[in-house]
Amino acid sequence: MKPSKSTGILGYGVYIPVYRIKGEEIARVWGRSKAAIPIQEKSVPGLDEDSITFAVEASKNAIQRARINPEEIEAVYVGSESPPYAVKPTATVVAEALGISPRLIAIDMEFACRAGTTAMQSIMGLVASSMIKYGLAIGTDTAQGRPRDELEYTAAAGAAAFIIAPHSSENIAYIEGSYSYVTDTTDFWRRDGEIYPRHAYRFTGEPAYFHHIYEAAVGLMEELGLKSSDFDYAVFHQPNVKFPVRIAKRLGFSMEKIKDGLLSNIIGNTYAASSMIGLAAVLDVAKPGERILMVSFGSGAGSDAFSIVVQDTIEEKRRLAPLVRDYIEKRKYIDYAVYARYRSKIKTR
Amino acid sequence: MISLEKVFVLGGGVTKIGEHWNKSLRDLFVEAALKAAENSNIELRDIEAVYVGNMSSGELQGQEHLGSLMATWLGIPGVAAVKVEAACASGGAVFHQAYLAVASGVYDCVLVGGVEKMTDAVVHDVTAALIMADDAEYTAFTGASFVGLNALVYRYYMEKYSVKQEDIALFSVHDHKYAANNPYAQYPFQVSLEKVLSSPLIADPIRLFECAPIGDGAAVLILCSERFAKERGIKPEVEVAASALATDTISLVDRDDLTTLAATVKAAKKAYKKAGVEPRDIDVMEVHDAFTILGVIHLEDLGFAEKGEGWRLVKEGEIEKDSKIPTNLSGGLKARGHPVGATGVYQVYEIYQQLTGTAPNQVGKAEVGLAQSVGGVGGTVVVNILRRVR
Amino acid sequence: MMGISAPSVPRVWRERIVKYRLLGSKCADCGKISYPPRRACPRCGSTNLKEISLPKRGKVLSYTVIRAPPRGYLKYSPYIIALIELENGARILAQLTDVNPDEVKSGMIVEAVFRRYREQGEDGIIEYGIKFRPPIT
Repeated sequence: MKPSKSTGILGYGVYIPVYRIKGEEIARVWGRSKAAIPIQEKSVPGLDEDSITFAVEASKNAIQRARINPEEIEAVYVGSESPPYAVKPTATVVAEALGISPRLIAIDMEFACRAGTTAMQSIMGLVASSMIKYGLAIGTDTAQGRPRDELEYTAAAGAAAFIIAPHSSENIAYIEGSYSYVTDTTDFWRRDGEIYPRHAYRFTGEPAYFHHIYEAAVGLMEELGLKSSDFDYAVFHQPNVKFPVRIAKRLGFSMEKIKDGLLSNIIGNTYAASSMIGLAAVLDVAKPGERILMVSFGSGAGSDAFSIVVQDTIEEKRRLAPLVRDYIEKRKYIDYAVYARYRSKIKTR
Repeated sequence: MISLEKVFVLGGGVTKIGEHWNKSLRDLFVEAALKAAENSNIELRDIEAVYVGNMSSGELQGQEHLGSLMATWLGIPGVAAVKVEAACASGGAVFHQAYLAVASGVYDCVLVGGVEKMTDAVVHDVTAALIMADDAEYTAFTGASFVGLNALVYRYYMEKYSVKQEDIALFSVHDHKYAANNPYAQYPFQVSLEKVLSSPLIADPIRLFECAPIGDGAAVLILCSERFAKERGIKPEVEVAASALATDTISLVDRDDLTTLAATVKAAKKAYKKAGVEPRDIDVMEVHDAFTILGVIHLEDLGFAEKGEGWRLVKEGEIEKDSKIPTNLSGGLKARGHPVGATGVYQVYEIYQQLTGTAPNQVGKAEVGLAQSVGGVGGTVVVNILRRVR
Repeated sequence: MMGISAPSVPRVWRERIVKYRLLGSKCADCGKISYPPRRACPRCGSTNLKEISLPKRGKVLSYTVIRAPPRGYLKYSPYIIALIELENGARILAQLTDVNPDEVKSGMIVEAVFRRYREQGEDGIIEYGIKFRPPIT
């Protein structure tokens, strides 16, 4: 799926909250075997944070790197499955907090963990068609983990924002193309009125995560005439560590190529931001000319695959905003009781 | 220069300060008003105007229009009556307005009272009501509590002048010492410095025992003109020598010096000038020590110590009853109590007691007394000076 | 009662741009910079005021920890409020976030972040504003 005109990334930014809870601390409370803990630690939002505040900071960082006046942004698309309001957009708050003008196409989107990358594709279309010049695509989530469940170990919080622009030397990377693969596969869902989502355990693997990422990646490479050896980095949606490592191997990517973008062990699964934060982490270190594969996965289910090539401008723009590792290194550990308080799992009425 | 009428204080009445589960806002006011009328040897029907000072009746009681309400409940509907509000300086401010009413010559006999009913609400709602003394959109919005704002001043003062908390906290010990003899005080007992410093933190560094308590109370005074006194054959004992009110910016963000209440300096200057006195002429004082740090700062702003040195007066005993500047012999806000809108009137009543030789902690020489009432973190300050009539 | 007397959408909507973007005003006559923007200069009274965007970094002049919060803020308690002087001299009262009380010192440098301040009850709107934290970089 290549747009008729090329687009690229003018600026990017992320946000990860400071709080962390260790997998072994969660395991301690529920009596789980240490060997069964999927990740080391995950990020936890503070009491005064939500997916809107995350989106604002990630977008502010993206605008800083883009070096544009916010008023030049004409679209804000936000992908999330944990907006603070069931009805009331996040995009409008982000727009006004950042000084983006009302001449704006704004929308909130939902498709589990691929909502942010789908936002990117949609913005690509708007930019490539010249409907707008610059658009902001955001993936942001403060995922709720059901107590005692598998996913409590990994349901984390974070945001990533990308400003998409027409292909130019001002961009830090250009997007060669994208490819989406979508089927009606209900591996993970949340009914209206429920607080926590449900998942179908082992069914979330092969028929869901692995099948869709594989098909999207292969579909992309075929369309662009590329092989895995043409890529220097690969970033996959990261619900844990095992899955992205396995799909990487299956697609022919070595650990060396995925390690820079694989953060789930130390921040958890940031849902709609997951593959996008991984991409940002790669952009924080990649050299001009290097090619990156990013494939998201959203339950329900679908994957968006992108081929992105780094441009020279990355060197001067990279340091205009905090790097992913700057957020990773700012960590404060909390125990399960404080975690339960912060995640509103304790009834006070 | 317009010549003002002389204004005399004929008498006053107060309720005990405390948690009056059985008494409503209006009950308290009427109780104090009846006592005041009796002590002044007048009938309520002699009153031409009623001034009611109060801060939180709307927020905590759902009641406004206190002028008309109290006139009704006093059985004198028809008189001129209004509510006066200046946050925690409502008491000082209402006295100021009542003074102006008589000084202008328009009214000859006026009833002025402050009343506050705080204990019907739980502490979180009282806290929310009290922060209305500052900017709702830009101060209350941050979640600041009134104690918190004073804590910002406290910490800044300690760091700027290298003063220890234990020296500032002494103000509370001082207040309690004198409240022990005051029959209507909320906390008529002594406390040690150790007790103050080990009490729970409310807003660091301010501890519970450095804060004025939450309580209910009413204080009422009867003011009259020279004409009224002559007609009744009354020989008034106390005259209002001066009443001055000044404001400062409502919030700390606009202040030049966080450790000075410019409104105190301004109001005091005006009051001293009108009364023809200087600080050294003041025989007894009631200052608005809602928090120990404020007590210290007021001593400086009223002209009794240099900036950063007010705490020394306390530590060295200079504000004791038999010392240079007897201060807060009622127990002050901390121990006599602080039903916010009433406090300013309690203070004037206490100076009145001193000047008529009827105070529980009576000073030897009491010719001129000063009462200072503060609203918000110094957004409004009223300085009332009374003088014994020769 | 919820820390603000009556829940209101218009009141929040009206103030949002100033609070989201930290806008102030500068007096063309005496130079005083204020937050929020004023109609008349609090120092000299001039109405010759220009709206400006304020710096997003400053230093802590004083701070405290609110342990007995007003209604509407109980969920967040205890929290830190600070008087902050921004890089251009304007002063602002705001919460500090992402920091423990024992990590705060007068004089420390802090940067602005967009956070939640309060909600109008369980089903009312959320009010956002600027808080400050130790800089990320």
